[in-house]
Amino acid sequence: MLSIKNLTASINGTPVLKGIDLEIKAGEIHAIMGPNGSGKSTLGKVLVGHPSYEVTGGEVTFDGKNLFDLEPDVRARAGLFMGFQHPIEVPGVSNAAFLRLAYNKKAEAEGRDELDPLEFDDFIREKIKLVSMKEEFLDRSLNEGFSGGEKKRNEILQMAVLEPKLAILDELDSGLDIDALRVLGDAVNRLMRPERALLVITHFPRILETIRPQFVHVLSGGRILKSAGPELAVELEERGYDWVLEEAAAGGSR
Amino acid sequence: MNSTFTGVTSQEYKYGFVTDIEADSVAPGLSEDVIRFISAKKGEPDWLLDFRLKAYRHWLTMTEPDWAKVAYPKPDFQKIVYYSAPKAKAPKYASMDEVDPELKRTFEKLGVPLNEQAALAGVAVDVVFDSVSVTTTYKEKLKAVGIIFCSFSEAVREHPDLVKKYLGSVVPYSDNFYAALNSAVFTDGSFVFIPKGVACPMDLSTYFRINNKESGQFERTLIVAEEGASVSYLEGCTAPQFDTNQLHAAVVELVALDQASIKYSTVQNWYAGDKDGVGGIFNFVTKRGLCKGRASHISWTQVETGSAITWKYPSCILLGDDSIGEFYSVALTNHKQQADTGTKMVHIGRNTKSTIISKGISAGDSSNSYRGLVKVQPKAEGARNFSQCDSMLIGQTCSASTFPYIEVQNRSARVEHEATTSKIGEEQLLYFQQRGIPAEEAISMIINGFCKDVFRELPMEFAVEATKLLSLKLEGSVG
Ligand SMILES: Nc1ncnc2c1ncn2[C@@H]1O[C@H](COP(=O)(O)OP(=O)(O)O)[C@@H](O)[C@H]1O
Ligand SMILES: [Mg+2]
Repeated sequence: MLSIKNLTASINGTPVLKGIDLEIKAGEIHAIMGPNGSGKSTLGKVLVGHPSYEVTGGEVTFDGKNLFDLEPDVRARAGLFMGFQHPIEVPGVSNAAFLRLAYNKKAEAEGRDELDPLEFDDFIREKIKLVSMKEEFLDRSLNEGFSGGEKKRNEILQMAVLEPKLAILDELDSGLDIDALRVLGDAVNRLMRPERALLVITHFPRILETIRPQFVHVLSGGRILKSAGPELAVELEERGYDWVLEEAAAGGSR
Repeated sequence: MNSTFTGVTSQEYKYGFVTDIEADSVAPGLSEDVIRFISAKKGEPDWLLDFRLKAYRHWLTMTEPDWAKVAYPKPDFQKIVYYSAPKAKAPKYASMDEVDPELKRTFEKLGVPLNEQAALAGVAVDVVFDSVSVTTTYKEKLKAVGIIFCSFSEAVREHPDLVKKYLGSVVPYSDNFYAALNSAVFTDGSFVFIPKGVACPMDLSTYFRINNKESGQFERTLIVAEEGASVSYLEGCTAPQFDTNQLHAAVVELVALDQASIKYSTVQNWYAGDKDGVGGIFNFVTKRGLCKGRASHISWTQVETGSAITWKYPSCILLGDDSIGEFYSVALTNHKQQADTGTKMVHIGRNTKSTIISKGISAGDSSNSYRGLVKVQPKAEGARNFSQCDSMLIGQTCSASTFPYIEVQNRSARVEHEATTSKIGEEQLLYFQQRGIPAEEAISMIINGFCKDVFRELPMEFAVEATKLLSLKLEGSVG
């Protein structure tokens, strides 16, 4: 579904990604872990088309298409989703109106019927149950004044509305208490299907107890230093990241 | 894949066509003779000619103001045509059928609801076509409750005492350069009178249209609401595309007596010039409301999207105790447009209140300034003002400035001012795009969110129109 080959990217002329290779197939859950500043968010933002990042080399295909030929909104409608680490606030734009427009854009692209405000209201009332969000959040301005946890809930609500093929979830656990983490983790699991895939970005292994990846990659200094099965997450929890870095420095892994 | 904010807007001006109607005009230029011609042509009483001549003589002593943050070639006042009227077959039309079909087609293209739609929408339309009112609908219905809504010329003929009593009582002819010019040469406009205790049963609406190349437009509007009366007035404008700058210097005066309320809403979409700043309307307007009576209320709502140069400060003089003044404004500039707009709230009476909400949006190479004065005079015990001025920048080459002037001469007054500047940043835009929303729709949604506090003050149909207009104006603002 997603194939990344030797991807390099920089911001303001500084290289951040230094040759990433990653294959994600339908039905798979991948986790990318790594210390702060290692380039995890950058990878996600490059994939969704953030204009500040410059792709300097490599290839990425999504469902066989060159990802970088597609505008960010086209990528989204093609089924690529990113739950942001720091969702932005947009004053004056109602959350419900935003969600409905996003839904209808995708429906339109797929030749499905668009929903009018009343139909959408029924639809969204079901969806918010999945993330245990209070209805009042639908009428508020998009993310404005939301707590960190509420913003994350809203991200997963958007994921539930758009039902993406590939969801990149960047630090879903930051700002969440344990209960909320379980609710959102369960919601993500319920949205998972054999024809979909997940890329979970985190520097705390905790969330991986709920969303269980088959593949764990350690990203540091813009490179994937180590890839393994779920046992790697457990090991990282026990030992931290340093040993991976040391191993890599010794020319060991991969 | 680096998407940038260059390649700014480019919806060509939708209403850029010229109607072929024989105009009945004076030669360009301004003199006492021209003023006498205008006055005679309109069959005006001596006191009005007098008012004009005094204004003209005063104007001759004045110089054009240059304190606003706008730069433009000074108009040559001797090249302007000060009077032009569409040729009428009869002095007055009994029905729409008699109106020049060419003119009707023009209105249709503009989307002016002059026909049954107007009736259904419940809007009375007083259409000003090149300085002279062509037709006024719904007059009968309004007349039944004693409301006068007619062209200014007609008001001079039919209700001279009212006009004489209030004309220049809010904006004296000596007020400023453009007001003096307007007072000397105004040709027509609208007059509204709402008698004591009457709530106007419908929104009153005037569509202005500048049609004659190089004809200056000097509209005069006077709205009077007597004790306990209320009215909502809508002004909407479009103009055809020309290469020659056109000057517009209107004067609008509002008078609210005890407990009267006047709500004045404008959506302005005059030709702003092309992408390189060629052509476009110069808009130098004086709009002022006098809250003369106790607990009177005047509210200005404006959506300014057009004109090459805008210089406009709808103001409220809060003379009556407990009176309320409000100013809600969205000013959008793009390409080479320059706008210097804002308000003045002058608190004279006790416990007077004012609210200012200003939203400036700049794109392209435009310049957008808010200039506002809040003045609390010594006797304005308990006066309160709240001002919120927000600017939004789209792209890298536009500018926004805020110039708040606050003068407080009474210690019990409370004046609050908040200002913010934000950018439609890449982050916001990416967020929308990441959810599948194309950039243009994203911008439109973000902008409408930004303007919400103002749009909600507009009458429903106007709010819808304004929303569309802003999107249209910003089309192509992101590349
Ligand atoms: N806007 C920016 N300008 C300059 N450097 C940046 C910018 N954004 C991120 N970086 C740098 O890129 C590196 C990777 O950042 P990021 O992808 O956010 O890391 P992570 O998500 O793994 O914590 C960091 O060293 C960070 O300082
Ligand atoms: Mg990060």
